[in-house]
Amino acid sequence: MAKTQVEDINRNIYDIKNEDEYAFKMQKGLNREVVLEISKQKNDPDWMRELRLKALEVYNSLELPTWGPDLSELHMDDIATYVKPKSKLNTSWDDVPEEIKKTFDTLGIPEAEKKSLAGVGAQYDSEVVYHSMKEDLLKQGVVYLDMESAVREYPDLVKEHFMKCVPVNDHKFVALHAAVWSGGSFVYVPKGVKVDIPLQSYFRLNSPESGQFEHTLIIVDEGASLHFIEGCSAPKYNKVNLHAGCVELYVKDNAYLRYSTIENWSKNMMNLNTKKAIVGKNAQIDWVTGSFGSKISMLYPMSILNGEGAKTEYTGITFAGKGQNLDTGFKVIHNAPNTSSVVNSKSISKEGGSCTYRALVRVAERAKNAKCSVSCESLMLDDISRSDTIPVNDIQTDEVEFSHEAKIGKISDKEIFYLMSRGLSEEDARAMIVRGFAYPISKELPVEYAVEMNNLINMELEGSIG
Amino acid sequence: MEKLLEIKDLYANVGEKEILKGLNLTINKGEVHVVMGPNGAGKSTLANVIFNNPAYTKVSGSVEFEGENINDLSVDKIAKKGVFMSFQSPEEIPGISTFNFLKFAKGKITDKPVKVFEFKKQVEGFTEELNMNPKLIERNLNVGFSGGEKKKNEILQMLALNPKLAILDETDSGLDVDAIKTVSKGIEMYKNDENAVLIITHNTRILKHLKVDFVHVLVDGRIVKTGMGELATEIEENGYKEYNA
Ligand SMILES: Nc1ncnc2c1ncn2[C@@H]1O[C@H](COP(=O)(O)OP(=O)(O)O)[C@@H](O)[C@H]1O
Ligand SMILES: [Mg+2]
Repeated sequence: MAKTQVEDINRNIYDIKNEDEYAFKMQKGLNREVVLEISKQKNDPDWMRELRLKALEVYNSLELPTWGPDLSELHMDDIATYVKPKSKLNTSWDDVPEEIKKTFDTLGIPEAEKKSLAGVGAQYDSEVVYHSMKEDLLKQGVVYLDMESAVREYPDLVKEHFMKCVPVNDHKFVALHAAVWSGGSFVYVPKGVKVDIPLQSYFRLNSPESGQFEHTLIIVDEGASLHFIEGCSAPKYNKVNLHAGCVELYVKDNAYLRYSTIENWSKNMMNLNTKKAIVGKNAQIDWVTGSFGSKISMLYPMSILNGEGAKTEYTGITFAGKGQNLDTGFKVIHNAPNTSSVVNSKSISKEGGSCTYRALVRVAERAKNAKCSVSCESLMLDDISRSDTIPVNDIQTDEVEFSHEAKIGKISDKEIFYLMSRGLSEEDARAMIVRGFAYPISKELPVEYAVEMNNLINMELEGSIG
Repeated sequence: MEKLLEIKDLYANVGEKEILKGLNLTINKGEVHVVMGPNGAGKSTLANVIFNNPAYTKVSGSVEFEGENINDLSVDKIAKKGVFMSFQSPEEIPGISTFNFLKFAKGKITDKPVKVFEFKKQVEGFTEELNMNPKLIERNLNVGFSGGEKKKNEILQMLALNPKLAILDETDSGLDVDAIKTVSKGIEMYKNDENAVLIITHNTRILKHLKVDFVHVLVDGRIVKTGMGELATEIEENGYKEYNA
């Protein structure tokens, strides 16, 4: 069979780049002046400015992590940490400048907002350019704002929770984030309020050689529930871009939060993101994650089950192609009795791409009767790709039910033959099998995202089959 | 009579192992052929080699379909020529419903957009004739289907894709009497003067419900005897002993 070699796939709509236009682009590099300038641009309260400066010191004192992917290509001196778009924050799409609006139109955001979302935030480079929520949620006391507005309008709530779930000294890129963070979303769902239509924030990084450091802080108060969707993408450049966002989630007693993510970074992106959730009594957080793109990803969402009977489920898929090293996984801390966690992770690697599932399960001694079940499956589409599983289990009590299952596989020739005997080309057959492999994950995503994920898989597989 | 399939002096291997050792077979339009033989004789190999399954190697000889040599055609091209195979063990494919799969395959095979409403009614009609649970076609292709449901689903695909030559590899095995009757009914519905059926079996039960034109006995990679329906009866009584090398 003839081999089609495609060096780099056309990512269609995701690769449409706008001119690097901005109202202000910070000089490259990172130092006290840069941090102070960002703080000034943001009109930070004193406590936030202090937090930024302290974080910078922590950043300077910490080493790069050496246990994972090679980060030597990342030079902070070449990265602009703050790029202010030529747009203010708007509450109507009509007011968003044409170029920027076109980008979000192409990504289908305003359309999705009309059809299936209760609220939308859209960030372009370092600033949120659009934020809006349905009237009835506002009436119920739900708060959905860009992070800067939240710092101003809900100072106590923000100060009490900001960088408390993820401490500044967690690792080097958290410290970096805390020093230069900009944009992101804040959600507060009051006690007992059930938000049954999802909110979505979309983060688009357009500017080359820059970083995006959005901060997402969500508080779902007692007995409340929410589905939050996060989308990310960027066009491809030849130089390194950096994403070091931070997500802090507080799921209070008896509350429920579903946090869905589709990340589709371009292949020059270093994605060093941090996400954590603190989960109260009989509360639950479910993570659904699709990680596509990026040159390097280090992303390990964590659930900290602090309340008795707290639950978490993680459903994630990672797809690594040529030149990509995606190091992802899920971490769970069982800190209370009767807590439970279910992990279902899948990865696909092709053309020399590497997927690592790096996980932590910690069960504290007091977490009697904890239950944890982990399943990771990987699919390698050729012989040059890599897939590794690095689980760390730290279990301090005997009264625990724990299971771990790992499977590494290839597409079976029998399946290909079966599908081709029905008239499908080899390419169609493989794509169908890969979509089938991803199906347990994609079926957990909202319909439009499941479709998007299938399109991403098709795009990834196009032309790459020998 | 118009030739549909002609296999000439075919030798084929799996790895280093010789399996077909000079096999000849001609099937004309409008005919129903049966290939019988003991386990391991090479029956499934024959079906796979006609379809040019890359897991098998043709060493010499030829497979012609409607006068064209299809030795080196890819599996999907052979399907598009009008060859179909009902698998001994159909694969389970999650992520796509049986109906959507059929619609997709129909579009590929005919190279034309499928008229969805019409096609759906047609497929639903077939499921009824085959006594299949109508909800089955909404479920992921073969996923969690029972053995019998999978076999019926193969016959459903045959009817929906409407090939010129249907090769049925052990479609009858593992089925109860009622299911065998239903499958035979499916074959009768499909059959016409323009197409042909090649039934592969090690068992004569299905032949009681079907009108058959030729019976071939395949032993050790060759067709050692060809006869009419009564050859099947004879084998049922005496087994393959007399043909063993
Ligand atoms: N994929 C394979 N790998 C190794 N041996 C095989 C394979 N397929 C078939 N064979 C061998 O080839 C011979 C013929 O098999 P097959 O055609 O399946 O027989 P039948 O269908 O008549 O029972 C058997 O000895 C079987 O073990
Ligand atoms: Mg067989």
